[in-house]
Amino acid sequence: MIEVKGLTKYYGEHAAIRDLSFAIDKGEVIGFLGLNGAGKSTTLKILGCVLLPTAGDVTVDGIDIARHPHDVRRRIGFLPDQPPLYAEMTVSRYLSFVARLRGVPASAAAAAVVAAEEKTSTREVHDEPIGSLSHGFRQRVGVAQALVHNPKLLILDEPTSGLDPRQIVDMRAMIRNLRGDHTVLLSSHILSEISQTCDRLLIIQDGEIVDQGSEEDIARRIGGAAAVAIEVDVAGGPDSALAVLTQLPGITRATVVRQAAGVTTLRVESAADLRAQVARGLVMGGIDLVRIDKGAGRLEAIFLQLTETKELPQ
Amino acid sequence: MSATLLITQRELGTYLRSMTGYVIAAILLLVDGLLFNIFAIGGDDKLSATVLQQFFFYTSGLTMIASVFISMRLVAEERQTGTLVLLTSSPVKDGQIVVGKFLSGFLFLAMVLALTIVMPLLIRVNGKVSMGHLAAGYLGLLLLGSAAMAIGTLGSALARTQVLAAIFSGCMVTAMVLCWMLVHVTERPFNDLFAALAIHGKHFLPFQQGTIHLRDVVYYLMVTLVGLFAAVRVMEARRWR
Repeated sequence: MIEVKGLTKYYGEHAAIRDLSFAIDKGEVIGFLGLNGAGKSTTLKILGCVLLPTAGDVTVDGIDIARHPHDVRRRIGFLPDQPPLYAEMTVSRYLSFVARLRGVPASAAAAAVVAAEEKTSTREVHDEPIGSLSHGFRQRVGVAQALVHNPKLLILDEPTSGLDPRQIVDMRAMIRNLRGDHTVLLSSHILSEISQTCDRLLIIQDGEIVDQGSEEDIARRIGGAAAVAIEVDVAGGPDSALAVLTQLPGITRATVVRQAAGVTTLRVESAADLRAQVARGLVMGGIDLVRIDKGAGRLEAIFLQLTETKELPQ
Repeated sequence: MSATLLITQRELGTYLRSMTGYVIAAILLLVDGLLFNIFAIGGDDKLSATVLQQFFFYTSGLTMIASVFISMRLVAEERQTGTLVLLTSSPVKDGQIVVGKFLSGFLFLAMVLALTIVMPLLIRVNGKVSMGHLAAGYLGLLLLGSAAMAIGTLGSALARTQVLAAIFSGCMVTAMVLCWMLVHVTERPFNDLFAALAIHGKHFLPFQQGTIHLRDVVYYLMVTLVGLFAAVRVMEARRWR
């Protein structure tokens, strides 16, 4: 569906992205993961035919975006980080305008608007002015404009940005429902978002792809990133828990994450899921176990290891 | 409907639904009415044709000012609010975006200018007004407005904010008006050059007096084309940034 080779973009002397290469198959939901300023939005703007690259080749559905941008734009729905909404228009008028602009015939525009509204659950605000909508609905209308012309590829830049937890869950479900009908490229710096929505990850750091594949594949490849996060009572202090954990076979690393209200949170990393062994070891060692959780933090661990930064994204 | 007309229709709707459009229209009509009453029909008795000439003179200045304020939002506002990407990511050429926006501003200006017809009609009540003079004067206003609107569209494409757009466009239009003043303080061949470049003066005076010269029509159309062409190039260049 998308093939990117050697994609490079300079803003003056500064390289926003350097020599990116990746491919995305039809029907996949891909997570584009990186810290703020890593080059995600620049890449997505190039794929959305908004910006032109300094170097490199990009084809969408076999069509070169530099040579035939209009043909590519007809196949793409793009939601930038800030939804491009006209506050004074009603949702239906706005979506109808976008549909017509993207080549939907006048006779089919009304049906296209209804289909997009149903996919994004915005039918109930059909006649509302966009300016009067809540942030969650605005974001949904932003997604609706991206798919109103039924594009093969949907590019969504930070679609859950600024949403409350309930709206995030709804947005996540909506994106998952788009799977199959559309190929979706989704960017976020919210790791749980990517983890729960996407089939495959592209991790970008300082304008370069540092790894790509499924979460499991990347974890296996970089080793030691299949982490088990545990929370223990610190009546005996974190040292006793650490002493027990470091003696357990298979544990590659155990670190104190935080201490608060008498509870110490420890991160335990191992090549495999050792929850049973960790729980047994702690209880046998006389340490009160409050919680043990699988997988929480695995993507964080992958991300930290690949980007080699001490700063954790949200 | 083509993408250009779709954009024109949407933009024109924005002018008609927003306060900004009505405020610009109201100020233009108010100031034009005041100038007309104080200077054109006020004072000593004058011929109807002279009053009409003065009406076109004052309205031409206001047309240029209104064009700058009407056009300032065309591209800059969309860039400011982040909606420009909707157009630039759609299968629409930059030329269609620019022309669509220009046409909306121009049509809105034409609507406002149409409302000024009440003043020539007042002259007709008490005197004689030649329809040819009236038609030539309004054609001149539309051509002048078209040229100023194209310059305004360029200013709006260049600027990041509406205020900057108004400043850029205002400076460009003022520079082209000042060319006419430079004619009087320079010698040939420079005064010929400045006269040819001036957006007012030599090119508008014939319309004001009820005469249409093909040379002047071509001049205003050329300024319009050059302004729009430059605006398209600016939009294209921004994709490279």
